Amino acid sequence: MSTVKVITGNHAASFGARDSRAEVIAAYPITPQTQIVELLSEFCADGTLKAKFIKVESEHSAMAACIGASAAGVRAYTATSAHGLALMHEMLHWAANGRHPVVMANVNRAMGPPWSIWTDQNDSLAQRDTGWLQFYCESNQEVYDTTMIAFKACEQVLLPGMLVLDAFILSHTYEPVEMPDQELIDEFLPPFDPPYKMDLDDARAFGALTTPEWYMELRYLIQEAHEKALVTVREVEKEFGETFGRYYGTLELYRCDDAEEVILIAGSTASTAKDAVDIMRKGGRKIGLARIKLFRPFPNEEIRDIASRVNKMIVIDRNVSFGNQGIFFNEIKASLYSAKNRPPVYGFVAGLGGRDMKIDDITGIVEQADTCDIEEILWWGVKL
Amino acid sequence: MSEAKFRGAHDLPPCSISVTHELTKTGNWRNSKPVFHKEKCIQCGICWKVCPNACIKLGEYPEWDMDYCKGCAVCAEECPKDAIEMEDERVMV
Ligand code: SF4
Ligand code: SF4
Repeated sequence: MSTVKVITGNHAASFGARDSRAEVIAAYPITPQTQIVELLSEFCADGTLKAKFIKVESEHSAMAACIGASAAGVRAYTATSAHGLALMHEMLHWAANGRHPVVMANVNRAMGPPWSIWTDQNDSLAQRDTGWLQFYCESNQEVYDTTMIAFKACEQVLLPGMLVLDAFILSHTYEPVEMPDQELIDEFLPPFDPPYKMDLDDARAFGALTTPEWYMELRYLIQEAHEKALVTVREVEKEFGETFGRYYGTLELYRCDDAEEVILIAGSTASTAKDAVDIMRKGGRKIGLARIKLFRPFPNEEIRDIASRVNKMIVIDRNVSFGNQGIFFNEIKASLYSAKNRPPVYGFVAGLGGRDMKIDDITGIVEQADTCDIEEILWWGVKL
Repeated sequence: MSEAKFRGAHDLPPCSISVTHELTKTGNWRNSKPVFHKEKCIQCGICWKVCPNACIKLGEYPEWDMDYCKGCAVCAEECPKDAIEMEDERVMV
């Protein structure tokens, strides 16, 4: 029997890890993530979850412990946010390069200074090149579901995965979340069984020195695994959809069938933007929305496909790469360079540090894109 | 392990596990080698545990795989009974 609980996005992540039967959880608290591991530590303490909870002195150690567990053939999970994620940076490379499919929730929080606890995407996007899969979630249900989708996909391709949820807008907001029957989940997500693990009877050094003669080949294997991951994630999403009735996809299209222009966006702001699309459609604009669920690997083909069907693309970035532009904006344009049809792409930086993104902001951005210059880097709503 | 087994990326394991062992013979790096004095050994297994290259096998007594022993002397340093002694292997020319 499935159950429905009204819970926060943070607790949706905890329940997702519980129902994925994580076996080792190593974590360090940081706002606004703390509730995720708080509830998991309760599950471990009261025996609801048969897992080892390792308290550590930093996020760097949390990831190191998860890597150790994963190398020993155990399903490992952690959660962090912003500065915690930044402190993990070295170990993020280690997890991916060592091919340890650790799964982690990252609550998107703006980087300081100035200190901020509110949402934006610069923390996770700064980890773009570490080799992690990145899943951007729109709802608490999606956070729960994506935890097991991530474990399943990551364990197949032997890469770690980060699921990302917005600070407060998801992390501390209550929504109903349906949790399927554990038996069905167990069928969907069998125990972790890696091809190589630490084994006392066959002792080997993990991650040890490799000369220039072979380093590049190991990197090539990671690139291949990422290319495979794009297919694997789609297959796993499809299987999840068939089993549990919810399907997200890697680039979710909303009202795009006859759209002449499309908004590209990631995270919970996509929900607001969908409402804005409905309103603009009533006003006669043939507009749709493409939500970037999977950022790494990047769904290049799907981006090119939607580009081939519209006259204009509007990218809303809750992040910025200083000295250049919005990060999704940049990535999307890179996808399109080899496309036959390249509509004009407008990029807006908006909602940094948790500044509210309301329906009016989305419609305002779309209207401004009607008149602005494609070369401009547009900071929506910034006080000048 | 013959090196011919590895021709390209797809012959490798996904990470550098075993690559070290099968492709990088760290024994080439050695300046000095561990010499074992069996009569002093109490079979505690500490050397096996501390060797960073996992090149000590633990049978009844420790056994060294000199293809991979890089001569770091950690085993000799940690042995509680001084049963391992490092011997200079450098050849002067
Ligand atoms: S010298 Fe170093 S590498 Fe060689 S056996 Fe001892 S600990 Fe291992
Ligand atoms: S550490 Fe020394 S005493 Fe212990 S098993 Fe190794 S050689 Fe023997």
